[in-house]
Amino acid sequence: MTTNGLSVPTPLGLLAELTHRCPLGCPYCSNPLALDKRADELDTATWARVFREAAALGVLQVHLSGGEPAARRDLPDIVKAAREASLYSNLITSAVGLTPQTLASLADAGLDHVQISIQDSDESSADHIAGYKGASVRKRALAKEVVRLGLPLTINMVVHRANIGRIETMVELALSLGASRVEIAHVQYYGWGMKNRAALMPTREQVEEAVRTVEMLRDRHRGQIVIDAVVPDYYARFPKPCVGGWGRRSLNVTPAGRVLPCHAAEVIPGLEFWNVREHSLADIWRASPAFLAFRGTDWMREPCKSCPRREQDFGGCRCQAFMLTGDARATDPVCHLSPEHAIVAQAAAERADEAYEYRRL
Amino acid sequence: MTEPVIRVSDSDRPRLPRGVRLTHNEAQGGWILLAPERVFKADAITAEILKRCTGETTLHAIVDDLARTFAAPRERIHADVVKLLGGLAEKKLLELG
Repeated sequence: MTTNGLSVPTPLGLLAELTHRCPLGCPYCSNPLALDKRADELDTATWARVFREAAALGVLQVHLSGGEPAARRDLPDIVKAAREASLYSNLITSAVGLTPQTLASLADAGLDHVQISIQDSDESSADHIAGYKGASVRKRALAKEVVRLGLPLTINMVVHRANIGRIETMVELALSLGASRVEIAHVQYYGWGMKNRAALMPTREQVEEAVRTVEMLRDRHRGQIVIDAVVPDYYARFPKPCVGGWGRRSLNVTPAGRVLPCHAAEVIPGLEFWNVREHSLADIWRASPAFLAFRGTDWMREPCKSCPRREQDFGGCRCQAFMLTGDARATDPVCHLSPEHAIVAQAAAERADEAYEYRRL
Repeated sequence: MTEPVIRVSDSDRPRLPRGVRLTHNEAQGGWILLAPERVFKADAITAEILKRCTGETTLHAIVDDLARTFAAPRERIHADVVKLLGGLAEKKLLELG
């Protein structure tokens, strides 16, 4: 695809944040602190149009998320719309508030895959982290229902100081529930996660042990379950290729219809985001100022500008660079080549056993 | 690449499970294997193999058909198919029935 002679990448994935309503209050939630109100949510027909436009752009997969997507009463119609647009659909859910009956209607509507979050293998710890008593038992029950219906199941486990010592039992739990895949997602600090960073941050030793444990579990369970891991980048040498590069592989539509290059992008001042109520998705992808701001490598300064890894990790995360250094064009300080790399070690040392500030509307 | 831990046998009837789809996509420039939160590019040969994985046909018959259709040595095709399908089964992208 080209616009004005400049090549625009073809996106692969659409993150559809259907609502910011959610019964849980997970302290690591990546949603922004300023959550969208129910009254501002896009309706079914608009989502259906967004899905059609996404497919026309080349998008292959939609991730139905939020908040809690099951809080939407029109979720079966939304899933049907995704199927009609020929998008592969992933439901990213807490399972809380999702009944077996609704799950069956989602399966009938053509849902391809379900991802359920589990906060810990220890049930009382899990409920404490989620800020919802009884969450754990509901999640395990619905996980079994997913498998009974013949849908593939992924268990997503966000890992942080409170549960990082139980990765092995968490993976065994995922296996016992019939999951074909488990995501060990080391916590990332955006939105509510950033607010609770001191309470969530593991030690370097805990992270190194966790990395060894995951490798051991991969060997032990090869062929039985796939273990994907999201890196704990505060303890890394190089940054993550955040969202596969700005405006390159994916786009995020918020409940109120704003289109973001990533879920945290609104923290960066001066970016202009367009809304699907006013523009087509194709126009937004190709030409909205927010998408153009850091697409490609022209915006880079040194050391990224001439770094041999620039098309591999794209200088890391713009939002993280802004949050930690005050400059969205800076090298993500997670990178050991960043002149401000010391900030990250300092931040990682700021751990405190304080109460969680639960995510609430 | 390490040898797959899953060894596909001649009497297996491989099939793509629910939630794994082979599709051709113009915008993406070819064959794609869609899976839970992942996308894999598939070359033309992989597509020909996977199209035959319907759960009804044995591995033996699939290899016969490929050898006939592409006039290629059966042993070579057998080795390639076993390697591909074993790798996919390990990633939970294929059921061996």
